[in-house]
Amino acid sequence: MALCIAVIGKENEPLYFQSVSGQDELRLHHIVYTCLDVIEEKIAAMLASINALPTKQGIPPERRDPYLGLLYPTEDYKCFGYVTNSRMKFVLLIDGIRSKLADEDVRRMFRRIHAAYADMLANPFYTPGESISSKKFQNEILSLMTSSSGG
Amino acid sequence: MSEEALFEYLHMEIVKTILQNGEILGETKDDCINKLEWIGFRVGQSVIERMTKDTPKFKDELETMKYICKEFWSSIFLKQIDNLRTNHQGVYVLQDHRFRFFTNISSGKQYSDSAPMYIGLTCGILRGALSNLGHNCDVTAEVVQMPSCKFQIEMKK
Repeated sequence: MALCIAVIGKENEPLYFQSVSGQDELRLHHIVYTCLDVIEEKIAAMLASINALPTKQGIPPERRDPYLGLLYPTEDYKCFGYVTNSRMKFVLLIDGIRSKLADEDVRRMFRRIHAAYADMLANPFYTPGESISSKKFQNEILSLMTSSSGG
Repeated sequence: MSEEALFEYLHMEIVKTILQNGEILGETKDDCINKLEWIGFRVGQSVIERMTKDTPKFKDELETMKYICKEFWSSIFLKQIDNLRTNHQGVYVLQDHRFRFFTNISSGKQYSDSAPMYIGLTCGILRGALSNLGHNCDVTAEVVQMPSCKFQIEMKK
């Protein structure tokens, strides 16, 4: 089940952090921020492999996916990452032992987070780059986390 | 089909309101164009986030510009950019031969002084869209002969 969802901005500043109650928040923060290094590596690797292709060739879809997949497994958690075209990073931490979440489910969750983020950007009272305090976004994330705990 | 007209009328009224308020507050024309540009900036940021939700990542700057000229421009202005030129060093010139907001203004010399007011918002939309994609830039526009106009984009390092 999803333990924590974090939204990180372009300059790697934290914009939103939501974790399930009863968890050691400081530790979760720590793990999310170490994931950022892995995300940067993956993005750099993706760009390098795209630029290495001859320009006429079409780029295979998996190399340009915003979904980065499993970043690295620790003994308790699995971390998944997703980078949008606007360089926003979403990190999802899942309970490594008890979860049975498939790749497809994680992709679907990220798409929902992205849709909620795009909706929030349309709010005139939100300036991009400031920390997220929208109730609607928060409710969407909370419902995502509780619905994923069913599986 | 009335949705297209809605955007054009709204744009005209926004420009008119900013101009009128500017006269009351004693602002110059440049201040008004600046305000319009900032309005467009915020709009561009939100629009591009929604539009690129499903598109794959762009390989480089040139691909981003091509996307702007084709999909982005067609969704807002119902046509693609007619001409894209670049010096491959961060300067791009986009030319639109029939700019949507100029088609309702007569193409003679009579209104060419007021034309910059009607491009301000679009410059902002371009700048906002590119900034949200990670490219900080300056956008200026030039109107030589209505209804065509040129947008010059200079990427900042």
